[in-house]
Amino acid sequence: MSGSAAVLPVFEHLNGLAAGLFLLTAFALVAVRQVQACLRIFIVQSVLLAASACIQAYSQEAVHLFILGWITLVTKAVLIPWLLRRTVRREVYVRREIAQVLNIPSSLLIAVALALFAYFIASPLLAVADGPFPRVNLPIGITGLLLGAYAVTVRREAIPQVLGILAMENGAFLAGVAIAPGLPLIAELAAAFDVLIIALVMGLLTRRIHERLGTTVVGEMASLKED
Amino acid sequence: MELFAILALPALAAGLALVPARRALAAASTVLASVAVLVLAIRVALATAGGRPVVAVASWIACDGLGALVLLLIAFVAVTSSIFSWGYLSRIVDAGKGPKLRRYYSHFNLFLLSMLAVPILAQVALVWIAVELTTLLSVFLVGFEGTAAALEAAWKYVVLTCMGAAIALIGILLLFWGMTTAGGGPFSWSNLVAAAPRMSPALLKTAFLFVLVGFGAKVGLVPLHGWLPDAHSQAPSPVCALLSGVETTTVLYVILRLLPVLQAGESASTWLVAFGLVSVGAAAFLLLQVRDYKRLFAFSTIEHMGIIMVAAGLGGPAAQASAAWQMLSHALAKSFCFFAAGAVLLAVGTRDIASVRGLMRNSPVAGIALLVAGLAISGAPPFAVFLSELSIFRAGIAGDHLAAVGLLALFVVIAFCGVMQQVNRMVFGMPPSTTAVPLPRSCVASLAMAAVPMLALGLYVPPALERLLGLAGTALGR
Repeated sequence: MSGSAAVLPVFEHLNGLAAGLFLLTAFALVAVRQVQACLRIFIVQSVLLAASACIQAYSQEAVHLFILGWITLVTKAVLIPWLLRRTVRREVYVRREIAQVLNIPSSLLIAVALALFAYFIASPLLAVADGPFPRVNLPIGITGLLLGAYAVTVRREAIPQVLGILAMENGAFLAGVAIAPGLPLIAELAAAFDVLIIALVMGLLTRRIHERLGTTVVGEMASLKED
Repeated sequence: MELFAILALPALAAGLALVPARRALAAASTVLASVAVLVLAIRVALATAGGRPVVAVASWIACDGLGALVLLLIAFVAVTSSIFSWGYLSRIVDAGKGPKLRRYYSHFNLFLLSMLAVPILAQVALVWIAVELTTLLSVFLVGFEGTAAALEAAWKYVVLTCMGAAIALIGILLLFWGMTTAGGGPFSWSNLVAAAPRMSPALLKTAFLFVLVGFGAKVGLVPLHGWLPDAHSQAPSPVCALLSGVETTTVLYVILRLLPVLQAGESASTWLVAFGLVSVGAAAFLLLQVRDYKRLFAFSTIEHMGIIMVAAGLGGPAAQASAAWQMLSHALAKSFCFFAAGAVLLAVGTRDIASVRGLMRNSPVAGIALLVAGLAISGAPPFAVFLSELSIFRAGIAGDHLAAVGLLALFVVIAFCGVMQQVNRMVFGMPPSTTAVPLPRSCVASLAMAAVPMLALGLYVPPALERLLGLAGTALGR
């Protein structure tokens, strides 16, 4: 458990590196223009999440964090991309540009503001922190969550919206491996399963929408409102 | 033991529904399973009302007063909704489409399973997963009719509620962190309440706000309510009854569970009252301009969720018990409303308020049902909602929260006028020349069944139920 032994600085630095790169991928998810690139960035982000979990597992000799890292790697970096590619037809990926509500430079500015806001939320909590890992992972995790939410709201295409939601969960779990390493394994397993169901359900729904409406620009569906 | 059976029965029925046999098999097994679940839920409720919480696996699977109340509501609406489904589905799914029907019933049962799991699970992280599953397993029910509008509603529903769930996840993880710093122990609701005084107030407040915003999106709190009228109007009516009647209540239950954890400071109740009043007010005015009667009832759900939050936020045993009471009366009345809406839809074939006239002459059963639904949900005597809203006002005035109660009463009156004006237009007047289609017998039966407790509890509350409501109220405070 945390606080049992002093953390070796090498693990601290490695985790800092993984989390820093995670932050970069969170920004990249807002900045890229192609559906394919979004998916690749999501895979890289998931690998970094798994890396952070494994580094902390080594440093704290926590076996179930290891298991969590491997589950993350298998579900998010392998199974989910495979599922999304299976369920959604190729032409959805081939489309180059993602329809977006705001242009990329202003999006990045807003993303920076959101990152500052995340640090503002996290800083009073860090007074409780007793290890070096929450200090790094908690603010970056919350940033990942907020940037994912931002990506979902500005993107009009279905698959980038799905990836935005999954990136939000990645952010939550990055914070989670640091602040809640003792979470029961069954909860972790169920959460991994849950993420798979999200990808499956949303992938199938995207396919239905594509079949029925001939488009996956879900942001432009607006038949349901008053007047 | 009962708790395991409650979880196993819908799973079994979901499997049976997939067996490619006669159409009646899926429907009948669903009805039977939900009746059995209701019987078990009543046993659990009676045991907890007698002062013995039902525990299957300590700190993992257990049910106290508040949990038993929510469980009972889900089980009751499940029964009426599965009976209503029988006739409703036979009308909207063509005779040749067995697989489509079987898919409906298997999703229906899985959705029930995920909802029943929320009050039964005591482990907070697993509760989060169960809530997330209620969304994922009901998406295809919302988009069941396959029209462009239904798919749009399903997409908005899954995107907004999954975003909310991810936000709530951080809140849950922060609470777990708080438990670790406060000395650890199993991550169950009761342990959380016990450990709360040893946690940092800043952490508790942040965690609560994450959960409130995240799950608030699923409850339909304004301004995160955008998806709710869409999803609750596009789904088939029996599914709407579950979504509006009990799914929202189930998620609200998770938010309210955190109230005793937060009692160290005043802030939680202030947030609840503020958020609740904004929702009630916005919904009351949005009600006035709807053109689709299913959306009318969906906005009324937003209003009622706000009322429950205000009642829970006012604090004190009387207000908390009245919040529990309002949860009960809302679930009963709102499920009836959507059955009535489904009956009207079957009778006249349109959801547009302006093109429905003179229902009373055209289809008396649907007309009476709609009139009763309007009166019951907007809080006219002698229905259950009237008494529960009255008890909220009384508790608020006794607790000296005059401003909040005054605003609440104003909004409730506006909503009453909004609902009744629209319902009047549809029920009375001269019908257009087209004749209405007669209703399937199972739909009439389920309307009658849903009406009984809604009316009876407005006149008499059995002592066991009163004790259960009292216990549920106490669970909302320290």
